[in-house]
Amino acid sequence: MFAFIIRRVIQAILVMLVISLVGFSIKSNIGDPVRDLVGERVTPEERAQMAEKLGLNDPFFVQYTRFLKNALHGDLGTSFIYRKPALEVIFRHAPATIELVLGAALIIALFSFPLGVYSALYPRSLLSRFTMGFSTLGVSIPVFLTAIMFIYLFAVTLHILPSYGRGETIDLFGNGYWQTGLLTIDGLKHLLLPCVSLASIMMPLFIRLIRSEMMEVLETEYIKYAWAKGLSTRRIWLVHAFKNTLLPVVTVFGVQIGIMFAFTILTETVFQWQGMGFMFLDAIQRADISLLIAYLVVVASVFVVVNTVVDIMYSFINPTVRIAGTK
Amino acid sequence: MKKLVLLLLCLFMAFSFTATAGAKTLKVGLAADPVSLDPQVQLSGGMLQLSHWVFDPLVRWTQDGDFEPRLAEKWERINEYRVRFYLRKGVKFHSGNTFTAKDVKWSFDRMKKSVDFKGLLEPFVGIGIIDDYTVDVVTTKPYALLLNMATYFFAMDSEFYTGTDENGQPKDACKKTTHTFANDNESGTGVFKIKSYEQGVKTVMKRFADYWDKDSKGNVDKFILNPIKANATRVAALLSGDVDVIDQVPPQDYKRLRSDSKTDLVTINGGRIITFQMNGNRVKAFKDARVRNAVVYAINNAGIVKKIMKGTVEVATQQSPPGYAGYKASLKPRYDLEKAKALMKEAGYADGFEITMMAPNNRYVNDAKIAEASAQMLAKIGIKVNLKTMPKAQYWDEFDAKAADMMMIGWHSDTEDSGNFSEFLVMCYDKATGFGQYNSGYCNPKVDELTIAAQSEIDLDKRADMLKEIEQILYDDAAFVPYHWQNHAYGAKKNFKIKPIINSMNFPYFGDLVIK
Repeated sequence: MFAFIIRRVIQAILVMLVISLVGFSIKSNIGDPVRDLVGERVTPEERAQMAEKLGLNDPFFVQYTRFLKNALHGDLGTSFIYRKPALEVIFRHAPATIELVLGAALIIALFSFPLGVYSALYPRSLLSRFTMGFSTLGVSIPVFLTAIMFIYLFAVTLHILPSYGRGETIDLFGNGYWQTGLLTIDGLKHLLLPCVSLASIMMPLFIRLIRSEMMEVLETEYIKYAWAKGLSTRRIWLVHAFKNTLLPVVTVFGVQIGIMFAFTILTETVFQWQGMGFMFLDAIQRADISLLIAYLVVVASVFVVVNTVVDIMYSFINPTVRIAGTK
Repeated sequence: MKKLVLLLLCLFMAFSFTATAGAKTLKVGLAADPVSLDPQVQLSGGMLQLSHWVFDPLVRWTQDGDFEPRLAEKWERINEYRVRFYLRKGVKFHSGNTFTAKDVKWSFDRMKKSVDFKGLLEPFVGIGIIDDYTVDVVTTKPYALLLNMATYFFAMDSEFYTGTDENGQPKDACKKTTHTFANDNESGTGVFKIKSYEQGVKTVMKRFADYWDKDSKGNVDKFILNPIKANATRVAALLSGDVDVIDQVPPQDYKRLRSDSKTDLVTINGGRIITFQMNGNRVKAFKDARVRNAVVYAINNAGIVKKIMKGTVEVATQQSPPGYAGYKASLKPRYDLEKAKALMKEAGYADGFEITMMAPNNRYVNDAKIAEASAQMLAKIGIKVNLKTMPKAQYWDEFDAKAADMMMIGWHSDTEDSGNFSEFLVMCYDKATGFGQYNSGYCNPKVDELTIAAQSEIDLDKRADMLKEIEQILYDDAAFVPYHWQNHAYGAKKNFKIKPIINSMNFPYFGDLVIK
């Protein structure tokens, strides 16, 4: 068991190294960060001096080993545009994204379960047909279009919801890191449209997944047996069928929430939502390469850690994995 | 019950009335926000805008291109090298310190060390203090644009920025990529005081109670600046009423804002010339003035203005926009396909040739679309164009490397004067002097000679003649392809009287904004 964990940790470190290396090798293609820091009148010589001072002219491996050395001390570089440690910048932007994703996840859960189950139970009903049709539409419309349509409908035409930003936020811990919009009415109003937009890409997928899983379960032997036993309809649907539908759905849900972080880039750009996705795009456009690499490493480490923990836990639950790992 | 309702209604009315009669708040959505609070750390539009809100210059531009006294009440030319400024008395900084001549000198000396500004300050020897409220600005040679440059002389509070901060760093440090005192703290004399500043998220400013300009009709008490990057979102924020004023309205939304009963669209010529440069060092044909002329004749810039820019900008024939000293009204737009073909034939390129073209896709208004249209137009005279467009972060590197045969560049004069265009865009490139830094290959010694001579000509009429001659040479030479002068487009709610406070430099003077 111990050997297995060690092996996984070593693999995780390797993955992180590869990702930081990839980040480093693409950085020269993104553009010159010095350009964004100076006016158009600054001469090429002075720009070259600045680049030299920032260490941008050093050979690839000098830069990379310097980065690794600092990374070991928990320093992933300094963001050029924010003039702060890149990690701090990322952590300050993370809460906005986390709140957005949580809100979207909540909406997905609230709607996709009842709708999915219903359309599995009554596949011919009008609501089911409508849900299925709508979910096909939902899958095929890109999120920025949905978002812009929402803005024009609810903000511009009806004037009932705000069009951009996070609204009034409260400093959760008093240190400026976690600005939350969850505790004010204004903040919640601002959260609504971005969350629904973000949810709109995943919701159809889940409705369809739940529907098909549920339909499959309803065809199984033990459900037929339960009918034969004369159990109440409600008990069969909710306890026997639904519970077994849940298992795979929850697994997928967990994975998809992670992936949803990636989708926030578009949503955050349209709504001027100051989260990590927005920051990432800004960093690309302004060639803030240290922030970019730090972001890649942070995101990669989140995925690596989650996957490693899952694998380790899995090895406890299912010993065959462990055996396969030790051979 | 009825009485209670009535009472509540009255209370509600009273509250809502006091709310509207009280402090006026201005919410602005700009495409970009200031990158720092230090007015000298970066020479960019956003930073100069902030400088006009939080600091004050000696003089500033008015909408019709005149100078308006700010911290300097009046000025006089002592001799060819020296102009004396008489400073305003009783001006306070946000810190409470009193503004005097030493602040002007201190700020100038600090600016002279700033990487971004020192190029502009090349013609200056420095500032001499005559007494507490009189300074002399001295130049190295007779310099016609001294007042134009005085619009950059913002006063920083020398006492406030002296000493060391809590990290032991000097407070006057001017650095771009690390934390400095001046990047996060300010003390200017300006109409607004920074209350909170969160880069990229929100800047909140309050009107400075001790502001010297009591004549200003402006009534904004609280000024909230929100960056909103996406064009569609910015327009939506205005239409939905979430913000009161926005900048950089995209041309496709002009109609929408004009037709909306609650909003106004205000545009002003921004004087930024959009051009394509032809690189004669890369393509032999472009060394031939006839071929360059053929390109200019082939490109229907009036059509581009009409279709792509929705007819809201002026078709350009030269660098200088109308109103500049060098603007020559007799130069007419050229678009004549037959003539273009004839010129190509005459130069021996009847069959055309193949070139590469590059343009940014997020730097100028509709930049990529203009480039695409141009490529198609050139195809008609047999020039096959391989076009590549890219974000500005990558484009500037390519531009520096002169990586394509035709490259797009837009330019706004730093001094609101014609000479600046020539210095950067068409003078022969000279690494030592920095002239022609944004020139992709055109070179005409006559233009260089005239541009240099105009710099130290103080007789303004003579000077204007020289600048006009330059425009004529460039026109005949077809030194570049002119398109139009980009404008500044603002959208505002009807009761926000934005029109009087905007100007061609794109420094909206929100301190003077009147909210009805």
